[in-house]
Amino acid sequence: MSRAPRAQELGIIGCHVCGLVCRAPAGEDAACPRCGAALHRRKRDSIRRTWALLVAAFILYIPANVLPIMRTVSLGDIDDNTIISGVVELWVKGSPSLAVIVFTASIVVPMTKFLVLGTLLVTTQRRSGWALRQRARLYRAVEFIGYWSMLDVFVVALLTALVRFGFFSQVGPLPGVVFFGLTVILTMFASMSFDPRLMWDRSDDD
Amino acid sequence: MSTSEHGLSSSEATDVVPAARLHASSGPLLICEHCDTVHRGHALVRGETMRCVRCGALLARYHALDADGMLALVLTALIVFLIANVWPVVTLGLGSQQSSATLWGTILMMWKQGTPLIAVVAAATLFFFPLNKMLMLGWVLLFARDGRRAPGFAAIMRTLFHLQPWTMTEVFVLGALVSIVKARAYFDVQPDPGIWAYGVLTLLITVFSGIDLRRLWDATEPDA
Repeated sequence: MSRAPRAQELGIIGCHVCGLVCRAPAGEDAACPRCGAALHRRKRDSIRRTWALLVAAFILYIPANVLPIMRTVSLGDIDDNTIISGVVELWVKGSPSLAVIVFTASIVVPMTKFLVLGTLLVTTQRRSGWALRQRARLYRAVEFIGYWSMLDVFVVALLTALVRFGFFSQVGPLPGVVFFGLTVILTMFASMSFDPRLMWDRSDDD
Repeated sequence: MSTSEHGLSSSEATDVVPAARLHASSGPLLICEHCDTVHRGHALVRGETMRCVRCGALLARYHALDADGMLALVLTALIVFLIANVWPVVTLGLGSQQSSATLWGTILMMWKQGTPLIAVVAAATLFFFPLNKMLMLGWVLLFARDGRRAPGFAAIMRTLFHLQPWTMTEVFVLGALVSIVKARAYFDVQPDPGIWAYGVLTLLITVFSGIDLRRLWDATEPDA
């Protein structure tokens, strides 16, 4: 396969905001001459930042799942729901297909993000040349699906606003939903701070 | 090559020379953001996309819409956004009682119920960020129609870039559908105009997500 040149080898740098291609500046803090954004050869401290955000997100994901996210009070009867019990209830009483969607957004997507970003970080740190194209595709997928996990947070918010029938029926948020929202935001920051170019920096064989 | 009028401090950038223009004879250089591979761009035909030869990431795609078309889309989205926010999304009924929710009713309720953080996240990702995105884009496009750069162009384009991942209207629409199904087990559920407006808004957002705003830089290049 013919070897396509990389910007680093040619001594050029692309602005991540406006796409202008410049000669790489000598110092570290140059600004793009067209849009004024800071120019970086690679995202700063990418691996360390991504690890920190990912670990923090994972720690918060535990209370997000263990603690209830929503309380339903009807006729004095209190019913607290966790993410998983909400999915089960939706499956039993409502619609199994939506239960699958909520399960995917709340459990599968965050777990996939932890696994994929963790794998990308470890393989990148080891300068591994394993399955580079597939890893690149995994990263793009994680970036794309990230924010859909916010689904359950918005469901709790809407039900809280809607179900206001006093003694007959009331819905309110519980702390689990805050932890879950924070998890989603931190995983989004984590995938943004990962620099996929680092995966390819090791490789002279592609 | 004059760059000083684009609102950056010239002292920081004196040693930075745009290289793309040096090779302007045979198409601009495109650098893949995902693996740093350098490509030579070329004009694309309808439906064509350009992908990175090394990692497969999308580099460029054909755009059917010009600045006029994009401005029309933005104005449509603004009107629909207004409808979506003024009318309630859903109404629940229990016996003779009725209860309906708008986006702002939802945000304020989360604030009052002891989860201000969620209220702030919802207000930002569902109201302030999408609204600002549309207003800023509309402003920039108003000038881009005649190939001009709006006042504040560079700062606005940088802000738009950073806001990009933080608007979640589509997720809210799916959340509304899930809420309706959940509530249907216990209440009479009646969808309101807001939900339809949100549905249309989601379609518009999908159209928008395929547009690479970077081309506005080239379209408004002063010495192009």
